[in-house]
Amino acid sequence: MSGAQTFLNRLEERVSERQAASLPEPTWIVARRQAAAARFEALGFPTRRDEAWKYTDVRRIGEGDFALARDAAFSKAAAAALTLPIEAIRLTFVDGLFSAELSDLSALPSGASVEPLSQALADNHEAVGGALGRLTGVEFSPFSALNTAFTEEGAVIRLAPGTVVELPIVLQFLSRANDAAVMSHPRVLVQAGARSQATVVEHYVGEADAANFTNVVGEILLERGAILNHYKLQEAPLGDFHIASLHVDQGRDSRFTSFNINLGGALVRNDLVSDLNAQGAEASYLGLFFAQGRQHVDNHTLVNHNAPTTFSNENYKGILGDRARGVFNGKVIVKRDSQKIEAYQSNANLLLSDRAEIDAKPELEIYADDVKCSHGTTTGQLDEKAVFALRTRGINEQTARGLLTLAFAGEVMEQVTVDAIAERVERTVAGKLPERFNLTELVDASLNEVHDTGLGEE
Amino acid sequence: MATEEMEQLVRREYTQGFVTDIESETVPPGLDESVIAFISQKKGEPEWMLEWRLDAYQQWLKMKAPSWAHLNYPPIDYQAISYFSAPKSKDDAPKSLDEVDPKLLETYEKLGIPLHERAALAGVAVDAVFDSVSVTTTFKEKLGEAGVIFCSISEAIRDYPELIKQYLGTVVPKADNYFAALNSAVFTDGSFVYVPEGVTCPMELSTYFRINAANTGQFERTLIICEKQAQVSYLEGCTAPMRDENQLHAAVVELVALEDAYIKYSTVQNWYPGDEEGRGGIYNFVTKRADCRGDRSKVSWTQVETGSAITWKYPSCVLRGKDSVGEFYSVAVTNGRQQADTGTKMIHIGEGTKSTIVSKGIAAGNSEQAYRGLVKIGPRAKGARNFTQCDSLLIGDRCGAHTFPYQEIGNSSATVEHEATTSKIGEDQLFYCRQRGISEEDAVNMIVNGFCKDVFQELPMEFAVEAEALLNVTLEGAVG
Repeated sequence: MSGAQTFLNRLEERVSERQAASLPEPTWIVARRQAAAARFEALGFPTRRDEAWKYTDVRRIGEGDFALARDAAFSKAAAAALTLPIEAIRLTFVDGLFSAELSDLSALPSGASVEPLSQALADNHEAVGGALGRLTGVEFSPFSALNTAFTEEGAVIRLAPGTVVELPIVLQFLSRANDAAVMSHPRVLVQAGARSQATVVEHYVGEADAANFTNVVGEILLERGAILNHYKLQEAPLGDFHIASLHVDQGRDSRFTSFNINLGGALVRNDLVSDLNAQGAEASYLGLFFAQGRQHVDNHTLVNHNAPTTFSNENYKGILGDRARGVFNGKVIVKRDSQKIEAYQSNANLLLSDRAEIDAKPELEIYADDVKCSHGTTTGQLDEKAVFALRTRGINEQTARGLLTLAFAGEVMEQVTVDAIAERVERTVAGKLPERFNLTELVDASLNEVHDTGLGEE
Repeated sequence: MATEEMEQLVRREYTQGFVTDIESETVPPGLDESVIAFISQKKGEPEWMLEWRLDAYQQWLKMKAPSWAHLNYPPIDYQAISYFSAPKSKDDAPKSLDEVDPKLLETYEKLGIPLHERAALAGVAVDAVFDSVSVTTTFKEKLGEAGVIFCSISEAIRDYPELIKQYLGTVVPKADNYFAALNSAVFTDGSFVYVPEGVTCPMELSTYFRINAANTGQFERTLIICEKQAQVSYLEGCTAPMRDENQLHAAVVELVALEDAYIKYSTVQNWYPGDEEGRGGIYNFVTKRADCRGDRSKVSWTQVETGSAITWKYPSCVLRGKDSVGEFYSVAVTNGRQQADTGTKMIHIGEGTKSTIVSKGIAAGNSEQAYRGLVKIGPRAKGARNFTQCDSLLIGDRCGAHTFPYQEIGNSSATVEHEATTSKIGEDQLFYCRQRGISEEDAVNMIVNGFCKDVFQELPMEFAVEAEALLNVTLEGAVG
């Protein structure tokens, strides 16, 4: 039985289950499900012969057998330990299923609606159907076809024109340590009306021993002047497979900022696509990935400058230790007649081990002449002169290396506006550094005079 | 540029087709084993060479033409090509420069090509070219004294079979890629250079010298071997528009550098780019690779690509030896409907290997241009270093410039840097020049030449002067 067939069988089981339980479904969902399943069957899982998957081997996913979760049970105390400690509008999903118990929508202002997809479909499926799948169809990748075939749950965020949501909207995806591995195919849909503003956080986290497969597809529609900060904090358990694509459609003068932070997962692939469709649209991509052990993190980004006077700026940082492998593929396409474009792309990688590997490919495809586009990518190790400079000030070598590694990530992290995220990332990165130098020591060192702390040669 | 005239010239050749020559035969279009046997026999090759070719052919049959390049062209009918056309008949070639199109001569004038070379380039029958033979002979004597072997690949197969057996196909294997396999099966000409240990080649070697003796073939095969501590500088092609009736070119160039050897390989390519709709231009699919086998060996590729309708070319360096160095300097200019997908591969295997890539692309008119490069650092390449700079200049709003750099880095002590920019000629730059009484066209030429300076200064002196002039001619009419 081929890998793809296992997944199709699971789908068939699920569809008959739904029928047996007489769970109604809108006809358009049924039709899309069938079309997507057919498409997935035709494509199968991507292989390394596909240019977009040249450096990422997904056989471990394709050869797996993942069930669908039956319930969303999760101890409140355990969840609290994983949840970001911030006041927020929060939706929680456990292995893809919505957990009302762990969600909190009490602070939702008027003009904003945040609900699970199942709820949105039950309320008014036609309103959802128009937007869902508009930005990404089954053609994008076999995984988006698979997601479409399994679509049942997810998050729908709608902002009326002019609505400003002060608190972050956190979509929390928890992965459980199940007896048998499960998969989930959540959808995220954000429709931001004209001049609306919000911060959306997708947080992936779970129990340490989990080994599940998450395959999420997100779509964000920004109307004129909308401003959206999107955080993805991926701290999935180290056994998890994580495949994600996010597609953004930007209207005139809209601004989209993406913070794509990846610390967890065994095999991670992110696709981020922005269509800058009208003048003044601006996209900023900031990314940080830190992988160790045998982690594999692949980040693909694509910015389509479809209209004149649109702007994009990208800065991705990668830190790779042990036998980890990182992939960065950033692409900027400037369409014909999209003049007065500015597009900048930068990627820097730090290799901490001789067995770590990075494959970087920054691409530019430009069909207009009045543009300013540049990209730069560097890969290397810590600057020995900087290490030496710190050591002359009495900081031992391990701490110096740790500090410099943190500083390397800092360029991206200092732009994070949600403090809880910044702190969490800093702690995780510091704690995971091979030098095992500890953050409090660092803070002390920076607060006190160096000669007072007694930090010196080991 | 005298495109129409050139077009006429080229078309004249086409309408007449491949003539059956009195002196030597031409095989009818098509490719099978008998054609390869015919080529091998014509070249007086030994049996092992024929087997080598047939093996390549068998492998080619199993391969598919690559489709990953950012190029758009109709599928090539390999059975419609004649794989062995005799040297052009002297009967319809112009008898002297007086018969050559004056517009073409004007172009030569602009490029500053020496008088005796103009005749050769315009395709004037060899007998009519004064001086060239004696010049060649003098050169040959000088090279002989130094012990440098410089001859056509066919001669080398006959005269130095041991060297050929030892090195041919070791850098670019027979089945390396589709076009290399095709070339291995049917190559008809090319150069062979062997520089013995400790010898610095006394002069720059150029295909110029041989062009008169035999027309460079459609499927060229070049092999350059530089022994320990030897040095050579090789110039390929020429700046003048070449008369050429073959549409498909699939050359293979192999360079072998042993310990402390240094090979400098410079190319200027200015083949017919096709008419305004892109019809009829040359398809140039080239596989060029250097193997830096020895420690501290160095290979430097410099190219100025202005011609051809399609350019598919990635001169590469395999940096095997410890502390070996690879360099790639490229200027590619496309205008009209030209398409170029070019770049380099630097494969770092040995410790302390270094590579530098400087690529300057200029796209004008409706042309499409792509830089495609790979920098690979193997796990054993401790302290490897790469610097890449690729800049694109766009002239006009109908052209495209693309960058596809691949980096595969598997060693933490490696340092790899890549920078790329895309822009147009600044209004303020132009204004500044105009304000000082420089015409717009001259100003553009000045700016473009400045843009390419990093590469031009790597070219041998007289080549650099010609290349600059060539750039101006190629971009004529692109501005204003």
